[in-house]
Amino acid sequence: MSDQSTNSIAFVASGDIPQSPPPALEAGAVKWMRENLFSSIPNSILTLVALALIYKIGMNTIPWIANGVWNTKSLAECRDVLDGTVAGCFSVLTERWNQLLYGFKYPSDQYWRPNLALVLMLFAAAPVLFFDLPRKLLTFTAVYPFLAFWLIWGGPVITPIVALLGCAAAAWVFNKYGKANFALGFFGGIVAALIVWKITGFAIPESTDGTWLQAVASRDLGGFMLNLMLGVTCVSLSVPLGIALALGRQSSMPLIKGICVVFIEFIRGVPLITLLFVASVMLSYFFPPDATVDLFLRVVIMITMFSAAYIAEVIRGGLAALPKGQYEAADSLGLDYAQAMRLIILPQALKISIPGIVNVAVGLFKDTTLVSVISMFDLVGMIRGPILAATEWNGVYWELLGFAAVLFFIVCYGISQYSQWLERRLATDHR
Amino acid sequence: MKNSVFFGAMAFAGLAAGAASAGTLDDVKARGELNCGVATGLVGFAAPNAEGEWEGFDVSICRAVAAAVLGDATKVQFVPTTGKTRFTALASGEIDMLARNTTWTFSRDVDLKFDFIGVNYYDGQGFMVPKELGVSSAKELDGATVCVQTGTTTELNLADFFRINGISYEPVPVETNAESQQQYAAGTCDVLTTDASGLAASRTVFADPTAHVILPEIISKEPLGPLVRHGDNEWGDVVRWTLNALVAAEELGVTSANAEEMAAGTSNPEINRLLGSDGSLGAMLGVSDDWAKNAILAVGNYGEVFEANIGEETQIGLSRGLNAQWTDGGLMYSPPFR
Repeated sequence: MSDQSTNSIAFVASGDIPQSPPPALEAGAVKWMRENLFSSIPNSILTLVALALIYKIGMNTIPWIANGVWNTKSLAECRDVLDGTVAGCFSVLTERWNQLLYGFKYPSDQYWRPNLALVLMLFAAAPVLFFDLPRKLLTFTAVYPFLAFWLIWGGPVITPIVALLGCAAAAWVFNKYGKANFALGFFGGIVAALIVWKITGFAIPESTDGTWLQAVASRDLGGFMLNLMLGVTCVSLSVPLGIALALGRQSSMPLIKGICVVFIEFIRGVPLITLLFVASVMLSYFFPPDATVDLFLRVVIMITMFSAAYIAEVIRGGLAALPKGQYEAADSLGLDYAQAMRLIILPQALKISIPGIVNVAVGLFKDTTLVSVISMFDLVGMIRGPILAATEWNGVYWELLGFAAVLFFIVCYGISQYSQWLERRLATDHR
Repeated sequence: MKNSVFFGAMAFAGLAAGAASAGTLDDVKARGELNCGVATGLVGFAAPNAEGEWEGFDVSICRAVAAAVLGDATKVQFVPTTGKTRFTALASGEIDMLARNTTWTFSRDVDLKFDFIGVNYYDGQGFMVPKELGVSSAKELDGATVCVQTGTTTELNLADFFRINGISYEPVPVETNAESQQQYAAGTCDVLTTDASGLAASRTVFADPTAHVILPEIISKEPLGPLVRHGDNEWGDVVRWTLNALVAAEELGVTSANAEEMAAGTSNPEINRLLGSDGSLGAMLGVSDDWAKNAILAVGNYGEVFEANIGEETQIGLSRGLNAQWTDGGLMYSPPFR
């Protein structure tokens, strides 16, 4: 058999045939384009139309940005420099940079304070957002709100310390009694905080002169700083409030359930702008002129209530998605209500709710621009009011609003990317 | 029972608010600061500059009142108000006076319970068209598309004007002044209509202002003035006579440059009474005798305020027109200081 094969077969391969390149139409960029862009006649037409559009938009915007003017003092001067060419007048951004970021009344030699607060916020938020970090960092997170308050508003250092002492007392009482009896710990904590504030409150001086950090009034805050402050404060307050409301709505106690249902349905039935008007305008009718609550606080309360109602419904969806067996399993382990929620139910329900919560958070952050309607000068308020009304800059729209869009996009895209990371990180269901 | 508690609380709140605003003049003096409501931003009338200092035509009135009452034009807390929040801010006592290009109308004066203390700018609705349209009178605008802000008196005046003249138009409703500028510049409408001062300000925004003309017809009366709460006449007098002092100062030739010198005494007894070197008009008003001098030194007389903020030398370039002194054929007329 073997010699037959050596004689009768003319060619025997002595090695591998070298691999030939794939056909030109099936390789590289050509293949990719053929499959993705020109796979059929309608797709080819769409591709060509899209390319033409991209070309047209690019041809208009790229020179507009590239030829932009960055260092003039007014729109008229800008037009002189441009001399007929169509290009952006970005000088308004450089000249009003600080106003766009901090508003027009924050003392300019104090800008380091909000800057520092922002940097510290990243450190404070890190252990909450990335739970692989050491848990001890949470101590700083707990202290941060008081530190940030002092940095941004200034005034006597004793104010945030008193507030911190009250909260610390509440936390201590809750830790001591809350494990055994949740209600006792909760209400005991509130009472303890009130007592501490009452006792130590006298230490707060009336006058704000001669403090380490110059006091800044709430109405002097503005610009993108105000958007960030409102966004961060309201999101971090409305998530716990939303959880409480969602649990309350599922409660078997009619009073608690009733309160939560009425609150959620009322807030969801009213536009945010109406609530803001009530906060800024109507409340001052009911208080004597000097006894009003701080405007920033009023707005924070309103936005927090608004988003808490939405977050509550998102979390209720997460709770409803859990199989009944999970609740029964918790009961069969002998866990009480607080333990069952904390250890079994909420970790699963919150994981399901992440996309919804992030959705509300992004919406809330963008809704903070609504405060411009009640004459607070956030980023959009600064643009629509003072900057466009300045004789030098009246008529500059695209540059300013485009800048605002870029700032908001950066933050919102960041939030969205974080939530996707979080979902991947928590994906324990071996899908 | 519940109702009576509720009404009791309301009555108490009303009393508290009433008690707090009983003497605005005393409140302002005690506070050492004037709370003045202004626009959130209106070219030439009120806007913070790059350093964050408020400036503008309406802002100067606030500063003049602060100078008259407190002797210091910088002791003003400017409270920015929108068209929606301005009246509630004043009624609730959040601001002591409102100087926000507000038209003096019957219902605002009577029904909303405010006192307009005078007029600091006589405005009226006008039309702007591109020069290439070749229109010289608003009556030639038959069939034109008109950009107009919705929900304003402007919109109603426009309809009236075209009906009276028996010509047709097509409205292009827009929401804000900025939007109407954009629409007009993009050619969506042939005609832009709003207050004449606003038209002049808008025209400066366009790349080539000379390509647009403001037609001579003024089709409405828009007397803009500062206002205070109804029922506090002492405070109303202070604001009213501060404005009158600025107007009278221009008539009498008192400027921020020569007020100090004239305050030493002049041969004109009215100037002496105005500047406090003769008589005690300030004491009658409840302020210091050099109140008018302080106001004039701080912002200048009416003519100076006008020229510095919206006059022909500025980018807005408004001529005095109706706002000239009565001696020059305008409507600015101060009652005598006697």
